[in-house]
Amino acid sequence: MALSSKSAHELSALLSSGTITSVELVREVLSAITAQEPSIQAFLETYAESALADAAQVDLDRESGKLLSPLAGIPIAIKDNLCCAGRKTTCASNILQNYVAPYDATVIERLKQAGMILIGRTNMDEFAMGSSTENSAIQITKNPCDPTRVPGGSSGGSAAAVAANETILALGSDTGGSIRQPAAFCGVVGMKPTYGRVSRYGLVAFASSLDQIGPLTRDVRDTALLLNTICGKDEKDSTSVDVPVPDFTSALGKPVNGLKIGVPDELMGAGISEGVKSNILKALAKLESLGAHVETVSLPSLEHAIAAYYIIAPAEASANLARYDGVKYGFRSTAASDLREMYFQTRSEGFGMEVKRRILIGTYVLSAGYYDAYYLKAQKVRTLILRDFQNAFTKYDVLISPTTPTTAFKIGEKANDPLQMYLSDIATIPVNLAGLPAISIPCGTSDGLPVGLQMIGKPFDEETLLTAAYAYEQG
Amino acid sequence: MRKRSSRRRMRMNRVEAFIMMNTFDIVIGLEVHAQVKTNTKLFCSCAVEFGERQNTNVCPVCTGQPGALPVINRASVTQAIKAALITHSRINPKNVFARKSYFYPDLPKGYQISQFELPFCEKGHVDIELKDGSTKRIGLTRIHMEDDAGKNVHQGAEGILGSHSSLVDLNRAGTTLLEIVTEPEMTSIEEARVFLDTLKLLLQYADVSDADMEKGQLRVDVNVSLKPAGSATLGTRAEVKNMNSFRGIEKAIKYEIDRQTEILEAGGQVAQETRNYDDATETTSTLRSKEEAHDYRYFPDPDLLPLQVSEDWIAEVKTTLPELPADRKQRYLTDHLSPYDAQGLVNNKPMADFFDATVNGGADPKMACNWLTSDIAGILKEKKQSLAETPLTPALLSKMIQLIQKGTISTKIAKTILLEMIENGTDPEKAVEKSGMTQITSAEELAPIIASIIAANPKQVEQYKAGQEKLFGFFVGQTMKATSGRAQPELLNQLLKATLG
Repeated sequence: MALSSKSAHELSALLSSGTITSVELVREVLSAITAQEPSIQAFLETYAESALADAAQVDLDRESGKLLSPLAGIPIAIKDNLCCAGRKTTCASNILQNYVAPYDATVIERLKQAGMILIGRTNMDEFAMGSSTENSAIQITKNPCDPTRVPGGSSGGSAAAVAANETILALGSDTGGSIRQPAAFCGVVGMKPTYGRVSRYGLVAFASSLDQIGPLTRDVRDTALLLNTICGKDEKDSTSVDVPVPDFTSALGKPVNGLKIGVPDELMGAGISEGVKSNILKALAKLESLGAHVETVSLPSLEHAIAAYYIIAPAEASANLARYDGVKYGFRSTAASDLREMYFQTRSEGFGMEVKRRILIGTYVLSAGYYDAYYLKAQKVRTLILRDFQNAFTKYDVLISPTTPTTAFKIGEKANDPLQMYLSDIATIPVNLAGLPAISIPCGTSDGLPVGLQMIGKPFDEETLLTAAYAYEQG
Repeated sequence: MRKRSSRRRMRMNRVEAFIMMNTFDIVIGLEVHAQVKTNTKLFCSCAVEFGERQNTNVCPVCTGQPGALPVINRASVTQAIKAALITHSRINPKNVFARKSYFYPDLPKGYQISQFELPFCEKGHVDIELKDGSTKRIGLTRIHMEDDAGKNVHQGAEGILGSHSSLVDLNRAGTTLLEIVTEPEMTSIEEARVFLDTLKLLLQYADVSDADMEKGQLRVDVNVSLKPAGSATLGTRAEVKNMNSFRGIEKAIKYEIDRQTEILEAGGQVAQETRNYDDATETTSTLRSKEEAHDYRYFPDPDLLPLQVSEDWIAEVKTTLPELPADRKQRYLTDHLSPYDAQGLVNNKPMADFFDATVNGGADPKMACNWLTSDIAGILKEKKQSLAETPLTPALLSKMIQLIQKGTISTKIAKTILLEMIENGTDPEKAVEKSGMTQITSAEELAPIIASIIAANPKQVEQYKAGQEKLFGFFVGQTMKATSGRAQPELLNQLLKATLG
């Protein structure tokens, strides 16, 4: 088996035993990229030179007996909305096409401290707005399982890169499912930690109250390892929470005997394809066979989740994206003769359709006279959704649903039907509205395409999710 | 030019006549932006320093870089607590930051982080003392915190008009502002002026802000409306912006009263709008109509948690508050200063602090006040210096005054050494010793001098004795001249009278 298709924990063992070097590993990953990129197009830029130099340094450190993190020397791909000092950070948008970040995101700092090798930045839906990565202003990424299909989105580049063995690990961001949905479509593991678990400092904001950074990996253990590296309170992010960060790998291998699993009716009904449903039911049977108790549960407010989300997220986005005005950095239209025109032209030319659509929706719902009817009402729905989850978690340890209603759809299939596209996030969006942790793990295939199973946990109880996900994966 | 001003005068007279007739009541409300004194900015750790090279006190947060996040500066909150305490405002135990969206090049994030629905504090008041001695309580609707914008620097012209390009300096961006909003409760220009003076002094005393309008540390928007005399319903208001001096504020209010009176008198309606004040013409003009008013699309900032202000925190800040202007004035009155002197000192905090230290050093309060507010203030004004810029200390001034109190030196001599004290910080005792300027208080020493003066001026002695009593002053002057002013006045009078008979 090629090194580039191994998991991080396998490679970690090979590296620490001296069987392989980080330079060898990085070379293999780079050649996998060279081989795969023409057909996959997961990366917007690769850092071959610095990756090899960083790998050589880790190898030296290892030789000199330095104490290294388990992920030292392992390549990781970065979604292009995470600021990396001295590197372009474009959010796959024309408006940031030439933007070079002057600072490192907190997660990037932590990866660097852990000696991880940044291998490149990955494609995404522009400003993380989308579910297929087709909204990238730069290129369309293909699903490695079927290149005629989308890899999901918005972290489609990161998911595809992991699935195509173009990297060992990847980071994505998840505002309404942007890690879990592409993980499901590409057949990899993706996790959105609890809101506040990972610092958002340096994550280019889409919807600040929903955004969370998380791992995309080959297996559950790799997710645990990467969580160990990126989680924790950060003074630079007021919304990051000061709760102890456990060693997440210690949650792996624990029994699921007696684990109480709830299956929300609302996420198993209409709109869920038969192929997906049958795989989820098989998975539930397997968990039952491992000693878990499975019951259905109703969370009636979930019905309104997409409506609430498409008010709250665009509202926040409309303010978050106001800074792209052509004044300080990024793209500035030359077709303007005064200030007003500069704003108008810069933003007209710089943003893509979906981004404009959401800025307009967000601006509208926050406008005087509409605020109460839309934004405030959506916030109330959000509270109801949170309450439904809280109620469910008085009875259950974990909630399980399909990650997505269907498997990966064809490129272009939903590109002109935003509402259909929005509906594909039905199972993932409520989790962001409630700020909960959730993981998507591969759960068989339907017509040859990967199905994703979503486990939703209590706030800051990523460990139970990892225990259950690992038990299913290994069982 | 003359024609215009005479027409203007005529119009004024008519307008004033209307106000005299109490046809309309004037209603004024103020929105004051005070730049808060802190070492670092409101949401990042950049230094707050002015006069630095452009765009040097900046970081990813205050320049609005993608992904950067705000973190509240506790020192700014402490200052806001102080502002709440000195204005008797009710602090919201949990208050919320909100984004206020608008586009302008000096606003790097495309929104200002301000407070909207739950401001820092509410329902405060400031008591003001009017010229006629009466006091009035002006209600404060709210005080909220917000981050300041940067500055646009226009190239090729003074202002934006006529400039060929503009540059943005973000050194000021992100510094802490307090917006203080009054109830529409002021009914004259005097009240507005006194309110601002009083507020400014409060902010300075509590060290919340230097509140220097010329430096832009205090920026004031004025809401002016008129209503039929005695009516309970407020009239339509105009908001005036862009005044950069107290004088400008007075002129703007005056202009608005005149303008609105004319409109109402002619049966018209005042438009609700935002107006711009022009310092050169002392007039206001429409900036934005109500329809063009910004929709700021406020919503709670999801990057910041609600700000919790505990009772303990408030209590802790309370212990750090200094004596406030009103209390200090009361103390001065008790110390037998005149109301005029007391107010004069209170209005100048550094001088009042100096005064207190001088009196604590043993100087007579009235004398200390006189020296500070007349002689010393005069010299400082001439030298264009502040007290703090000179080596004069309260201890030195106290010593000098006590030398006068003890009769060691005369007031006149004190005046001659004062300049040296201010310039070099000279010890008054040493100055007096060095120049031998101690007072002549012994008759044995003074009598021979007087005798020689009388002997040298027989003609004047003759005239004096013939009844020209005015000449007494001549002899005093001659003796003082001969003694370089060291003769103790009482002794001199006494001896002269005895000698001249």
